[in-house]
Amino acid sequence: MSPGRRSPGNDPAPVRWGLTLTALSFLALFVALPLITVFVQALAKGWSTYWTAIREPDALAAIRLTLLATGIAVLLNSLFGLAAAWAVTKFQFPGKNVLITLIDLPFAVSPVIAGLIYVLVFGTQGWFGPWLGQHNVRIIFAVPGIVLATVFVTFPFVARELIPHMQARGTDEEEAALVLGAGGWHIFFRITLPNIKWSLLYGVILCTARAMGEFGAVSVVSGHIRGETNTVPLHVEILYNEYNFAAAFAVASLLAVLALVTLAAKRLLEGKVRQDAVEVPEA
Amino acid sequence: MEECLTGSISLESERRTVRFKRPGILPGFWPALGFSLLYLSLIVLVPLSAIFLKTATASWAHFWAAATSPPVLASFRLSFGASFIAALVNAFFGFVLAWVLVRYRFPGKRLVDALVDLPFALPTAVAGIALTSLYTENGWLGRLLAPWGIRVAFTRLGVLVALIFIGVPFVVRSVQPVLEDADREIEEAALSLGANRWQVFTWVVFPLVRPALLTGFAMAFARGLGEYGSVVFIAGNMPMRTEIAPLLIITKLEQYDYTGATAIALVMLVASFLLLLGINLIQWRSRRFAEAA
Repeated sequence: MSPGRRSPGNDPAPVRWGLTLTALSFLALFVALPLITVFVQALAKGWSTYWTAIREPDALAAIRLTLLATGIAVLLNSLFGLAAAWAVTKFQFPGKNVLITLIDLPFAVSPVIAGLIYVLVFGTQGWFGPWLGQHNVRIIFAVPGIVLATVFVTFPFVARELIPHMQARGTDEEEAALVLGAGGWHIFFRITLPNIKWSLLYGVILCTARAMGEFGAVSVVSGHIRGETNTVPLHVEILYNEYNFAAAFAVASLLAVLALVTLAAKRLLEGKVRQDAVEVPEA
Repeated sequence: MEECLTGSISLESERRTVRFKRPGILPGFWPALGFSLLYLSLIVLVPLSAIFLKTATASWAHFWAAATSPPVLASFRLSFGASFIAALVNAFFGFVLAWVLVRYRFPGKRLVDALVDLPFALPTAVAGIALTSLYTENGWLGRLLAPWGIRVAFTRLGVLVALIFIGVPFVVRSVQPVLEDADREIEEAALSLGANRWQVFTWVVFPLVRPALLTGFAMAFARGLGEYGSVVFIAGNMPMRTEIAPLLIITKLEQYDYTGATAIALVMLVASFLLLLGINLIQWRSRRFAEAA
């Protein structure tokens, strides 16, 4: 790595410059420019328009619904992630690899199809549609459907962060505690959880970001009722389709800030997550 | 499965270590596994099976007609074609980006590295409206392209641009760790044996990175197939021209044509499962290769 030494890394200057320029131009054109656009357009009509768009009742209702769906999705998927990781990494059983593959399944499913499957199950013409209709329960075009769709698309995030790290940790510490007489919950809260806290937080952050930004799946099951079944991304869509560009970008800028915070948190946590995988020496 | 079931029932048996294999000595296996399987079934497996069961209950003729009507075929051509080209573009530029990030030093490198993940983090609807406003005729980029007669917004080119955006991180993030781990001494050896740089690249570096590159390509392709939010705004959604398959699913649902929507979904689902299988196969083969080496 030392500069000046002739090694393959020290490509000739024209190659180095050419490749760096190509890579940076591509990234600037396709990634940085759209991000900058969001903020420029959001403030195109001044701060007062910006604040009005964000504090409008429909926008606030959308923010509340997004926070509700995100909260439920993150909680449920974290519980699932912990349970699945405990089963998969602390025990040996047949079919384990199948289970790990199935956990990733929602990533292979288009968000639109994720919405569609709940319509097929709970919609008026779906499996439980008639029964739900009789009992006056609405799932599709209502809040429960939005929560379900959000849970589906964020399903793997926590589990897939936890599994490799808990795998790397092994079971020695837990087994030692067991031999010393500790109970199951005691072992989990005093040994396992402190060991994986950063990975858990990392998974939760990725899960939160995706849950708040989900569009396709939620779009299918929402019904787009203003102030009732609109999440923040759906609210952005409605404003945009009404040619209310400044307001659409103002609300969108909230989501863009969220994305930037997520990226920053990811960077900060990456070093800590690596610590989770290695044994910390006794002090 | 049987072995493990009987093993847990006879926990108290002294002979268990001889005759039965227990999953492990720690507590909580059955509650953890039970909850995981129940939750997985309720949220993912049962709803997903609705697609297959719905297809099974529809008559074959009806299903075939729905899956092969001209607008549906046009949407498949667009979705598969644009996703494929976008993944190719990302394979090239993603490789260059990974190379530059691993091998060179330049100011702002950490920022650039973080920016690569933006398409993962930025909600797709936000990306969609941002790209649209960039490429419309008054947009920053649309204005520059208009004199050449190139229109991006509301054309197939727009679909491609959106799919390139969302696919950026896949190739970079799959190639980057392989390049970082690559043993530079092999390259030095090749150089000292008289190979030129291009030969070192094609015969030493590229074969090493190829599985990761293919994986990244396949993941970007699969993501492009299912993408909705970033595409619908810039595509303009003109029937037969710029309608992607996921949009057509929504259109069919809005017309209460559940069979039609399910038929399209099934084709897309099978395509992404095949891609997932392909990705796993590539990774399995390269892992075996690495172990053998």
